[in-house]
Amino acid sequence: MGVVSPIGVGIKAFEEAMKGMKSGISHISELEELGFGCQIGGVPNLELSEDLKYLYANELQGASMMIIYACLAGLQAWRNAGFMVEGRASTFVDIDTGAIIGTGIGASDIFAKIVRQTDLKQTRKLRSTIIEHSMTSGPSANLSKLLGLGNQLLGVSSACASGSDAILMGYQRIRAGFAKRMLVGGAECYSPYGWAGFDAMRVTTRKYNDNPTQGSRPMTGNSSGFVPGSGSGVLVLEDYDSAQSRGAQILCELKGGWSNSGGQRNDGSMTAPTSRGVIACIRKALLESNTNVNEIDYVSGHLSSTFADANEISNISQALGRSGDSFPYINSLKSLIGHCIGATGAIESIAAILQMKGGYIHGTLNLKETHSRIAKVLDTRKAPRDTIVVQGINSVLKLSFAFGDSNVALIFKVLDDE
Amino acid sequence: MMNDEQLLKEVWEIIEKYSFDQGKWDKRSRKARIIQDLGINSARVVDIIIDVEEKFDVEIEDESLESISTFNDIVEILKKKMGLSSS
Repeated sequence: MGVVSPIGVGIKAFEEAMKGMKSGISHISELEELGFGCQIGGVPNLELSEDLKYLYANELQGASMMIIYACLAGLQAWRNAGFMVEGRASTFVDIDTGAIIGTGIGASDIFAKIVRQTDLKQTRKLRSTIIEHSMTSGPSANLSKLLGLGNQLLGVSSACASGSDAILMGYQRIRAGFAKRMLVGGAECYSPYGWAGFDAMRVTTRKYNDNPTQGSRPMTGNSSGFVPGSGSGVLVLEDYDSAQSRGAQILCELKGGWSNSGGQRNDGSMTAPTSRGVIACIRKALLESNTNVNEIDYVSGHLSSTFADANEISNISQALGRSGDSFPYINSLKSLIGHCIGATGAIESIAAILQMKGGYIHGTLNLKETHSRIAKVLDTRKAPRDTIVVQGINSVLKLSFAFGDSNVALIFKVLDDE
Repeated sequence: MMNDEQLLKEVWEIIEKYSFDQGKWDKRSRKARIIQDLGINSARVVDIIIDVEEKFDVEIEDESLESISTFNDIVEILKKKMGLSSS
Protein backbone atom coordinates (compact mmCIF):
# COMPACT_ATOMS: atom_id res chain seq x y z
CA MET A 1 0.00 0.00 0.00
CA GLY A 2 1.11 3.58 -0.55
CA VAL A 3 -0.34 6.86 0.58
CA VAL A 4 0.06 10.59 0.03
CA SER A 5 -2.20 12.37 2.49
CA PRO A 6 -2.62 15.63 4.39
CA ILE A 7 -1.36 13.88 7.55
CA GLY A 8 1.61 12.15 6.01
CA VAL A 9 3.35 10.82 2.95
CA GLY A 10 4.21 7.13 3.23
CA ILE A 11 2.54 4.44 5.30
CA LYS A 12 4.67 4.93 8.43
CA ALA A 13 4.13 8.68 8.73
CA PHE A 14 0.46 8.29 7.82
CA GLU A 15 -0.19 5.61 10.45
CA GLU A 16 1.63 7.49 13.20
CA ALA A 17 -0.42 10.61 12.53
CA MET A 18 -3.67 8.64 12.27
CA LYS A 19 -3.03 6.80 15.52
CA GLY A 20 -2.08 10.07 17.21
CA MET A 21 -5.17 11.78 15.73
CA LYS A 22 -3.12 14.55 14.18
CA SER A 23 -5.18 16.88 12.01
CA GLY A 24 -4.02 17.62 8.48
CA ILE A 25 -6.45 20.49 8.00
CA SER A 26 -5.10 24.00 7.70
CA HIS A 27 -6.07 27.47 6.51
CA ILE A 28 -5.38 28.06 2.79
CA SER A 29 -4.64 31.70 2.09
CA GLU A 30 -5.32 31.31 -1.64
CA LEU A 31 -8.93 30.37 -0.85
CA GLU A 32 -9.27 33.42 1.40
CA GLU A 33 -7.90 35.68 -1.34
CA LEU A 34 -10.42 34.20 -3.76
CA GLY A 35 -13.28 34.90 -1.38
CA PHE A 36 -14.22 31.29 -0.69
CA GLY A 37 -16.74 30.64 2.07
CA CYS A 38 -14.68 27.64 3.16
CA GLN A 39 -11.03 28.62 3.41
CA ILE A 40 -9.66 25.44 4.96
CA GLY A 41 -8.62 22.09 3.55
CA GLY A 42 -6.26 19.17 3.58
CA VAL A 43 -3.26 19.26 1.25
CA PRO A 44 -0.29 16.83 1.42
CA ASN A 45 3.06 18.34 2.31
CA LEU A 46 5.41 17.04 -0.38
CA GLU A 47 9.16 17.09 -0.01
CA LEU A 48 11.57 16.77 -2.89
CA SER A 49 12.03 13.04 -2.25
CA GLU A 50 13.97 10.63 -4.45
CA ASP A 51 10.63 9.40 -5.81
CA LEU A 52 9.56 12.93 -6.71
CA LYS A 53 12.89 13.50 -8.47
CA TYR A 54 12.29 10.22 -10.33
CA LEU A 55 8.90 11.52 -11.51
CA TYR A 56 10.42 14.82 -12.63
CA ALA A 57 13.14 12.95 -14.52
CA ASN A 58 10.37 11.08 -16.31
CA GLU A 59 8.60 14.09 -17.79
CA LEU A 60 6.16 14.55 -14.91
CA GLN A 61 7.27 18.00 -13.80
CA GLY A 62 4.25 20.24 -14.29
CA ALA A 63 1.76 17.37 -14.23
CA SER A 64 -1.49 17.60 -12.29
CA MET A 65 -0.99 16.84 -8.62
CA MET A 66 -3.67 14.19 -9.15
CA ILE A 67 -1.04 12.34 -11.21
CA ILE A 68 1.94 13.22 -9.02
CA TYR A 69 0.15 12.01 -5.87
CA ALA A 70 -1.01 8.80 -7.55
CA CYS A 71 2.44 8.02 -8.93
CA LEU A 72 4.12 8.64 -5.57
CA ALA A 73 1.56 6.45 -3.80
CA GLY A 74 1.86 3.84 -6.56
CA LEU A 75 5.66 3.65 -6.31
CA GLN A 76 5.38 3.21 -2.54
CA ALA A 77 2.73 0.51 -2.94
CA TRP A 78 4.78 -1.31 -5.57
CA ARG A 79 7.90 -1.40 -3.39
CA ASN A 80 5.94 -2.27 -0.24
CA ALA A 81 4.44 -5.21 -2.15
CA GLY A 82 7.98 -6.50 -2.71
CA PHE A 83 8.63 -5.34 -6.27
CA MET A 84 11.52 -3.35 -7.70
CA VAL A 85 11.17 -0.09 -9.60
CA GLU A 86 13.44 -0.91 -12.51
CA GLY A 87 13.14 2.31 -14.44
CA ARG A 88 12.57 2.94 -18.12
CA ALA A 89 15.86 1.38 -19.18
CA SER A 90 14.23 -2.00 -18.51
CA THR A 91 12.52 -3.56 -21.52
CA PHE A 92 10.33 -5.84 -19.38
CA VAL A 93 6.57 -5.38 -19.74
CA ASP A 94 4.50 -6.88 -16.93
CA ILE A 95 1.47 -8.16 -18.80
CA ASP A 96 -0.06 -9.55 -15.60
CA THR A 97 -0.36 -6.19 -13.87
CA GLY A 98 -2.63 -3.25 -14.63
CA ALA A 99 -3.84 -0.12 -12.87
CA ILE A 100 -7.26 1.36 -12.13
CA ILE A 101 -7.12 4.71 -10.37
CA GLY A 102 -10.20 6.80 -9.67
CA THR A 103 -10.64 10.53 -9.43
CA GLY A 104 -13.67 12.61 -8.64
CA ILE A 105 -12.92 15.95 -10.27
CA GLY A 106 -9.80 15.24 -12.28
CA ALA A 107 -6.95 17.58 -13.17
CA SER A 108 -8.65 20.88 -12.35
CA ASP A 109 -5.25 22.40 -11.45
CA ILE A 110 -4.04 21.89 -15.05
CA PHE A 111 -7.35 22.71 -16.71
CA ALA A 112 -7.07 26.17 -15.13
CA LYS A 113 -3.76 26.62 -16.98
CA ILE A 114 -5.28 25.33 -20.23
CA VAL A 115 -8.15 27.82 -19.99
CA ARG A 116 -5.78 30.73 -19.32
CA GLN A 117 -3.45 29.87 -22.22
CA THR A 118 -6.35 29.23 -24.57
CA ASP A 119 -7.95 32.58 -23.75
CA LEU A 120 -4.59 34.21 -24.47
CA LYS A 121 -4.56 32.43 -27.86
CA GLN A 122 -1.39 30.59 -26.83
CA THR A 123 -2.38 26.94 -27.10
CA ARG A 124 0.98 26.22 -28.74
CA LYS A 125 2.72 27.06 -25.49
CA LEU A 126 0.83 24.36 -23.61
CA ARG A 127 3.49 21.93 -24.86
CA SER A 128 3.11 18.31 -25.88
CA THR A 129 2.79 16.90 -22.36
CA ILE A 130 -0.37 18.82 -21.54
CA ILE A 131 -2.74 15.92 -22.20
CA GLU A 132 -0.70 13.23 -20.45
CA HIS A 133 -0.35 15.67 -17.53
CA SER A 134 -4.09 16.14 -17.19
CA MET A 135 -6.07 13.24 -18.64
CA THR A 136 -8.34 11.28 -16.33
CA SER A 137 -6.37 8.11 -17.06
CA GLY A 138 -3.16 10.03 -16.29
CA PRO A 139 -2.55 8.29 -12.94
CA SER A 140 -2.75 4.77 -14.38
CA ALA A 141 -1.08 5.69 -17.67
CA ASN A 142 1.88 7.28 -15.91
CA LEU A 143 2.18 4.40 -13.46
CA SER A 144 2.47 2.14 -16.50
CA LYS A 145 5.18 4.41 -17.87
CA LEU A 146 7.12 4.20 -14.60
CA LEU A 147 6.60 0.50 -13.92
CA GLY A 148 6.05 -1.10 -17.32
CA LEU A 149 2.52 -2.27 -16.55
CA GLY A 150 1.08 -4.21 -19.47
CA ASN A 151 -2.42 -5.11 -18.34
CA GLN A 152 -5.54 -2.90 -18.31
CA LEU A 153 -5.09 0.80 -17.53
CA LEU A 154 -8.13 2.82 -16.50
CA GLY A 155 -9.09 6.11 -14.94
CA VAL A 156 -12.52 5.74 -13.38
CA SER A 157 -14.88 8.19 -11.80
CA SER A 158 -17.87 7.93 -9.53
CA ALA A 159 -17.32 11.19 -7.67
CA CYS A 160 -16.57 10.55 -4.00
CA ALA A 161 -16.79 6.78 -4.43
CA SER A 162 -14.16 6.67 -7.21
CA GLY A 163 -11.36 5.24 -5.06
CA SER A 164 -13.54 2.46 -3.67
CA ASP A 165 -15.02 1.68 -7.08
CA ALA A 166 -11.49 1.39 -8.50
CA ILE A 167 -10.59 -1.11 -5.78
CA LEU A 168 -13.70 -3.15 -6.52
CA MET A 169 -13.06 -3.10 -10.27
CA GLY A 170 -9.47 -4.27 -9.80
CA TYR A 171 -10.69 -7.07 -7.56
CA GLN A 172 -13.25 -8.13 -10.18
CA ARG A 173 -10.63 -8.15 -12.95
CA ILE A 174 -8.33 -10.41 -10.93
CA ARG A 175 -11.20 -12.66 -9.89
CA ALA A 176 -12.24 -12.99 -13.55
CA GLY A 177 -8.73 -14.22 -14.29
CA PHE A 178 -7.81 -11.30 -16.56
CA ALA A 179 -4.94 -10.08 -14.39
CA LYS A 180 -2.74 -11.40 -11.60
CA ARG A 181 -2.41 -8.11 -9.85
CA MET A 182 -3.80 -4.59 -10.12
CA LEU A 183 -2.69 -1.29 -8.69
CA VAL A 184 -5.92 0.29 -7.52
CA GLY A 185 -6.92 3.41 -5.69
CA GLY A 186 -7.79 7.03 -6.10
CA ALA A 187 -6.24 10.45 -6.46
CA GLU A 188 -7.45 14.01 -6.14
CA CYS A 189 -5.56 17.26 -6.50
CA TYR A 190 -5.93 20.51 -4.61
CA SER A 191 -7.18 23.30 -6.83
CA PRO A 192 -9.49 26.23 -6.10
CA TYR A 193 -11.06 25.53 -9.50
CA GLY A 194 -11.98 22.01 -8.40
CA TRP A 195 -13.21 23.06 -4.99
CA ALA A 196 -15.15 26.16 -6.13
CA GLY A 197 -18.20 24.09 -7.06
CA PHE A 198 -18.47 22.67 -3.55
CA ASP A 199 -18.16 26.19 -2.18
CA ALA A 200 -20.99 27.29 -4.49
CA MET A 201 -23.14 24.41 -3.24
CA ARG A 202 -22.38 25.38 0.36
CA VAL A 203 -21.65 21.77 1.20
CA THR A 204 -18.27 22.67 2.72
CA THR A 205 -18.07 24.20 6.18
CA ARG A 206 -17.74 27.97 6.49
CA LYS A 207 -17.59 28.18 10.26
CA TYR A 208 -14.06 27.12 11.01
CA ASN A 209 -11.82 29.35 8.91
CA ASP A 210 -10.18 30.53 12.13
CA ASN A 211 -10.06 27.06 13.68
CA PRO A 212 -9.21 24.74 10.78
CA THR A 213 -8.51 21.60 12.80
CA GLN A 214 -12.00 21.76 14.29
CA GLY A 215 -13.74 22.04 10.92
CA SER A 216 -14.19 18.35 10.14
CA ARG A 217 -16.42 16.95 12.84
CA PRO A 218 -18.22 13.80 11.64
CA MET A 219 -21.04 12.32 13.71
CA THR A 220 -21.49 15.48 15.79
CA GLY A 221 -24.65 17.52 16.18
CA ASN A 222 -22.89 20.67 15.04
CA SER A 223 -21.17 19.51 11.87
CA SER A 224 -21.69 22.13 9.21
CA GLY A 225 -20.34 20.65 6.01
CA PHE A 226 -17.30 18.73 4.88
CA VAL A 227 -13.73 19.97 4.67
CA PRO A 228 -12.18 19.37 1.24
CA GLY A 229 -8.98 17.37 1.02
CA SER A 230 -6.55 15.98 -1.52
CA GLY A 231 -4.07 13.15 -1.88
CA SER A 232 -3.88 9.59 -3.08
CA GLY A 233 -4.02 6.03 -1.87
CA VAL A 234 -2.89 3.07 -3.96
CA LEU A 235 -3.07 -0.62 -3.08
CA VAL A 236 -1.59 -3.62 -4.85
CA LEU A 237 -4.29 -6.27 -5.15
CA GLU A 238 -2.96 -9.68 -6.11
CA ASP A 239 -4.31 -13.09 -6.85
CA TYR A 240 -3.72 -15.21 -3.72
CA ASP A 241 -1.77 -17.98 -5.48
CA SER A 242 0.44 -15.43 -7.23
CA ALA A 243 1.18 -13.59 -3.99
CA GLN A 244 1.89 -16.79 -2.12
CA SER A 245 4.14 -18.23 -4.81
CA ARG A 246 6.42 -15.20 -4.73
CA GLY A 247 6.45 -15.10 -0.91
CA ALA A 248 4.73 -11.74 -0.69
CA GLN A 249 3.71 -10.27 2.64
CA ILE A 250 -0.07 -10.52 2.39
CA LEU A 251 -1.69 -7.79 4.50
CA CYS A 252 -5.27 -9.01 4.29
CA GLU A 253 -7.88 -10.42 1.97
CA LEU A 254 -10.35 -8.35 -0.01
CA LYS A 255 -13.29 -10.71 0.30
CA GLY A 256 -15.57 -8.81 -2.02
CA GLY A 257 -17.84 -5.85 -2.32
CA TRP A 258 -20.68 -4.23 -4.16
CA SER A 259 -21.37 -1.05 -6.05
CA ASN A 260 -24.81 0.32 -6.84
CA SER A 261 -26.99 3.39 -6.96
CA GLY A 262 -30.16 4.15 -5.10
CA GLY A 263 -31.61 5.39 -8.37
CA GLN A 264 -32.27 8.89 -7.01
CA ARG A 265 -35.83 8.04 -6.06
CA ASN A 266 -37.81 8.07 -2.80
CA ASP A 267 -35.69 9.63 -0.01
CA GLY A 268 -32.55 10.07 -2.12
CA SER A 269 -31.40 12.42 -4.84
CA MET A 270 -28.36 13.26 -6.95
CA THR A 271 -26.58 14.48 -3.83
CA ALA A 272 -28.12 12.41 -1.01
CA PRO A 273 -28.14 8.63 -0.74
CA THR A 274 -31.37 6.66 -0.87
CA SER A 275 -31.53 4.55 2.29
CA ARG A 276 -32.80 1.53 0.42
CA GLY A 277 -29.85 1.73 -1.99
CA VAL A 278 -27.30 1.94 0.81
CA ILE A 279 -28.81 -0.96 2.69
CA ALA A 280 -28.98 -3.06 -0.48
CA CYS A 281 -25.35 -2.26 -1.26
CA ILE A 282 -24.13 -3.37 2.17
CA ARG A 283 -26.22 -6.54 2.10
CA LYS A 284 -25.05 -7.47 -1.41
CA ALA A 285 -21.43 -6.94 -0.34
CA LEU A 286 -21.98 -9.25 2.63
CA LEU A 287 -23.65 -11.85 0.45
CA GLU A 288 -21.05 -11.65 -2.28
CA SER A 289 -18.21 -12.04 0.23
CA ASN A 290 -19.97 -14.77 2.20
CA THR A 291 -19.89 -12.65 5.34
CA ASN A 292 -22.37 -12.81 8.19
CA VAL A 293 -23.70 -9.50 9.54
CA ASN A 294 -22.26 -10.30 12.95
CA GLU A 295 -18.77 -10.85 11.57
CA ILE A 296 -18.24 -7.15 10.88
CA ASP A 297 -16.02 -5.86 13.69
CA TYR A 298 -15.37 -2.39 12.36
CA VAL A 299 -16.94 -0.02 9.85
CA SER A 300 -14.79 2.58 8.16
CA GLY A 301 -17.57 5.05 7.47
CA HIS A 302 -18.00 7.53 4.68
CA LEU A 303 -19.04 10.02 7.42
CA SER A 304 -18.09 13.31 5.82
CA SER A 305 -19.20 15.75 8.54
CA THR A 306 -22.57 16.65 7.05
CA PHE A 307 -26.21 16.16 7.99
CA ALA A 308 -26.02 12.82 6.16
CA ASP A 309 -23.83 11.23 8.87
CA ALA A 310 -26.86 10.40 11.01
CA ASN A 311 -28.64 8.80 8.03
CA GLU A 312 -25.53 6.75 7.30
CA ILE A 313 -25.43 5.33 10.83
CA SER A 314 -29.11 4.50 10.63
CA ASN A 315 -28.64 2.77 7.27
CA ILE A 316 -25.70 0.71 8.55
CA SER A 317 -27.72 -0.31 11.58
CA GLN A 318 -30.62 -1.44 9.40
CA ALA A 319 -28.37 -3.28 6.95
CA LEU A 320 -26.53 -5.18 9.68
CA GLY A 321 -29.50 -5.48 12.06
CA ARG A 322 -27.21 -4.26 14.84
CA SER A 323 -27.53 -1.35 17.25
CA GLY A 324 -26.56 -0.23 20.75
CA ASP A 325 -23.51 -2.05 22.05
CA SER A 326 -23.76 -4.68 19.32
CA PHE A 327 -23.07 -2.01 16.68
CA PRO A 328 -19.57 -2.52 15.25
CA TYR A 329 -16.81 -0.01 15.95
CA ILE A 330 -16.97 2.94 13.59
CA ASN A 331 -14.86 6.03 12.92
CA SER A 332 -14.15 8.65 10.29
CA LEU A 333 -10.70 9.38 8.88
CA LYS A 334 -12.22 12.52 7.36
CA SER A 335 -12.05 14.09 10.82
CA LEU A 336 -8.26 14.11 10.32
CA ILE A 337 -7.69 14.57 6.58
CA GLY A 338 -10.94 16.05 5.30
CA HIS A 339 -12.84 14.64 2.37
CA CYS A 340 -10.35 13.72 -0.35
CA ILE A 341 -13.16 13.24 -2.92
CA GLY A 342 -12.06 10.58 -5.44
CA ALA A 343 -9.13 9.49 -3.29
CA THR A 344 -11.10 9.12 -0.09
CA GLY A 345 -12.23 5.49 -0.50
CA ALA A 346 -8.69 4.34 -1.21
CA ILE A 347 -6.98 6.29 1.59
CA GLU A 348 -9.67 5.14 4.03
CA SER A 349 -9.32 1.53 2.89
CA ILE A 350 -5.59 1.75 3.63
CA ALA A 351 -6.36 3.27 7.04
CA ALA A 352 -8.87 0.50 7.74
CA ILE A 353 -6.39 -2.24 6.84
CA LEU A 354 -3.70 -0.65 9.03
CA GLN A 355 -6.12 -0.55 11.97
CA MET A 356 -7.19 -4.16 11.42
CA LYS A 357 -3.53 -5.23 11.31
CA GLY A 358 -2.54 -3.01 14.24
CA GLY A 359 -5.43 -3.89 16.55
CA TYR A 360 -6.71 -0.40 17.22
CA ILE A 361 -9.44 2.04 16.17
CA HIS A 362 -8.34 5.63 15.76
CA GLY A 363 -10.51 8.22 17.45
CA THR A 364 -12.73 10.51 15.43
CA LEU A 365 -11.39 13.99 16.01
CA ASN A 366 -13.77 16.68 17.33
CA LEU A 367 -16.35 14.09 18.38
CA LYS A 368 -17.03 15.70 21.73
CA GLU A 369 -20.77 15.38 21.49
CA THR A 370 -22.28 12.64 19.37
CA HIS A 371 -25.26 13.63 17.21
CA SER A 372 -28.45 12.84 19.15
CA ARG A 373 -29.86 10.67 16.34
CA ILE A 374 -26.62 8.69 16.18
CA ALA A 375 -26.49 8.28 19.96
CA LYS A 376 -29.93 6.67 19.77
CA VAL A 377 -28.67 4.04 17.32
CA LEU A 378 -25.29 3.08 18.71
CA ASP A 379 -23.53 2.88 22.04
CA THR A 380 -21.22 5.91 21.81
CA ARG A 381 -18.29 3.78 22.97
CA LYS A 382 -18.49 2.19 19.52
CA ALA A 383 -17.59 5.55 17.96
CA PRO A 384 -14.51 6.34 20.04
CA ARG A 385 -13.33 9.92 20.59
CA ASP A 386 -9.79 8.76 21.28
CA THR A 387 -7.73 5.99 19.75
CA ILE A 388 -8.39 2.69 21.51
CA VAL A 389 -6.83 -0.76 21.43
CA VAL A 390 -9.22 -3.34 19.99
CA GLN A 391 -8.05 -6.91 19.70
CA GLY A 392 -9.56 -9.22 17.12
CA ILE A 393 -10.63 -6.93 14.32
CA ASN A 394 -11.09 -9.64 11.73
CA SER A 395 -13.59 -8.13 9.29
CA VAL A 396 -13.92 -4.57 8.10
CA LEU A 397 -16.71 -2.94 6.13
CA LYS A 398 -15.53 0.09 4.14
CA LEU A 399 -18.26 2.39 2.85
CA SER A 400 -18.20 5.16 0.27
CA PHE A 401 -21.09 7.27 -0.99
CA ALA A 402 -21.17 9.74 -3.84
CA PHE A 403 -23.15 12.16 -5.97
CA GLY A 404 -25.24 10.09 -8.33
CA ASP A 405 -26.68 8.30 -5.28
CA SER A 406 -23.75 5.91 -5.78
CA ASN A 407 -22.68 3.51 -3.07
CA VAL A 408 -19.72 1.17 -2.65
CA ALA A 409 -19.21 -1.37 0.11
CA LEU A 410 -15.93 -3.30 0.43
CA ILE A 411 -15.17 -6.10 2.86
CA PHE A 412 -11.61 -6.73 4.02
CA LYS A 413 -10.71 -9.65 6.24
CA VAL A 414 -7.62 -11.04 7.91
CA LEU A 415 -6.41 -14.13 6.10
CA ASP A 416 -8.13 -17.30 7.24
CA ASP A 417 -4.85 -19.06 7.99
CA GLU A 418 -3.54 -16.21 10.18
CA MET B 1 28.98 35.51 -32.94
CA MET B 2 28.04 31.88 -32.52
CA ASN B 3 29.49 29.44 -35.01
CA ASP B 4 28.02 26.27 -36.44
CA GLU B 5 29.59 23.95 -33.86
CA GLN B 6 28.47 26.10 -30.96
CA LEU B 7 24.92 26.12 -32.29
CA LEU B 8 24.93 22.34 -32.53
CA LYS B 9 26.14 22.03 -28.95
CA GLU B 10 23.40 24.35 -27.75
CA VAL B 11 20.79 22.35 -29.66
CA TRP B 12 22.09 19.13 -28.11
CA GLU B 13 21.90 20.69 -24.69
CA ILE B 14 18.25 21.56 -25.25
CA ILE B 15 17.31 18.15 -26.60
CA GLU B 16 19.18 15.98 -24.08
CA LYS B 17 16.40 16.19 -21.49
CA TYR B 18 13.97 14.59 -23.96
CA SER B 19 16.20 11.55 -24.47
CA PHE B 20 15.68 8.51 -22.30
CA ASP B 21 18.10 6.13 -24.02
CA GLN B 22 21.60 7.01 -22.84
CA GLY B 23 23.22 4.55 -25.23
CA LYS B 24 21.63 6.15 -28.28
CA TRP B 25 22.31 9.63 -26.96
CA ASP B 26 25.99 8.90 -26.47
CA LYS B 27 26.24 7.83 -30.13
CA ARG B 28 24.51 10.91 -31.53
CA SER B 29 25.90 12.78 -34.54
CA ARG B 30 24.95 15.97 -36.34
CA LYS B 31 23.06 13.97 -38.96
CA ALA B 32 21.25 11.71 -36.46
CA ARG B 33 17.46 11.70 -36.79
CA ILE B 34 15.89 12.95 -33.58
CA ILE B 35 12.94 10.55 -33.50
CA GLN B 36 14.13 7.47 -35.40
CA ASP B 37 17.76 7.36 -34.28
CA LEU B 38 17.54 8.84 -30.81
CA GLY B 39 14.20 7.24 -29.89
CA ILE B 40 12.76 10.55 -28.70
CA ASN B 41 8.96 10.66 -28.43
CA SER B 42 7.72 12.30 -31.65
CA ALA B 43 5.26 14.42 -29.65
CA ARG B 44 8.21 16.18 -28.00
CA VAL B 45 9.32 17.88 -31.23
CA VAL B 46 6.94 20.76 -30.51
CA ASP B 47 8.52 21.21 -27.08
CA ILE B 48 11.99 21.16 -28.58
CA ILE B 49 11.00 23.92 -31.00
CA ILE B 50 9.54 26.05 -28.18
CA ASP B 51 12.74 25.56 -26.17
CA VAL B 52 14.82 26.56 -29.19
CA GLU B 53 12.66 29.63 -29.78
CA GLU B 54 13.01 30.72 -26.17
CA LYS B 55 16.74 30.05 -26.05
CA PHE B 56 17.59 31.92 -29.25
CA ASP B 57 14.75 34.43 -29.19
CA VAL B 58 13.51 33.47 -32.65
CA GLU B 59 10.17 32.33 -34.01
CA ILE B 60 9.99 29.10 -35.96
CA GLU B 61 6.89 28.72 -38.14
CA ASP B 62 4.72 25.65 -37.67
CA GLU B 63 5.32 24.78 -41.35
CA SER B 64 9.01 24.28 -40.57
CA LEU B 65 8.17 21.41 -38.20
CA GLU B 66 7.68 19.03 -41.10
CA SER B 67 11.16 19.70 -42.42
CA ILE B 68 12.88 18.96 -39.12
CA SER B 69 14.28 15.47 -38.86
CA THR B 70 17.91 15.77 -37.72
CA PHE B 71 19.83 17.96 -35.31
CA ASN B 72 21.38 19.60 -38.35
CA ASP B 73 17.95 20.63 -39.64
CA ILE B 74 17.44 22.69 -36.49
CA VAL B 75 20.92 24.19 -36.76
CA GLU B 76 20.24 25.21 -40.38
CA ILE B 77 16.91 26.83 -39.49
CA LEU B 78 18.61 28.73 -36.68
CA LYS B 79 21.39 29.94 -38.94
CA LYS B 80 18.84 31.35 -41.35
CA LYS B 81 16.85 32.98 -38.57
CA MET B 82 19.96 34.47 -37.00
CA GLY B 83 21.40 35.66 -40.29
CA LEU B 84 24.42 33.36 -40.12
CA SER B 85 25.90 32.10 -43.39
CA SER B 86 25.51 28.43 -44.11
CA SER B 87 28.68 26.38 -43.70
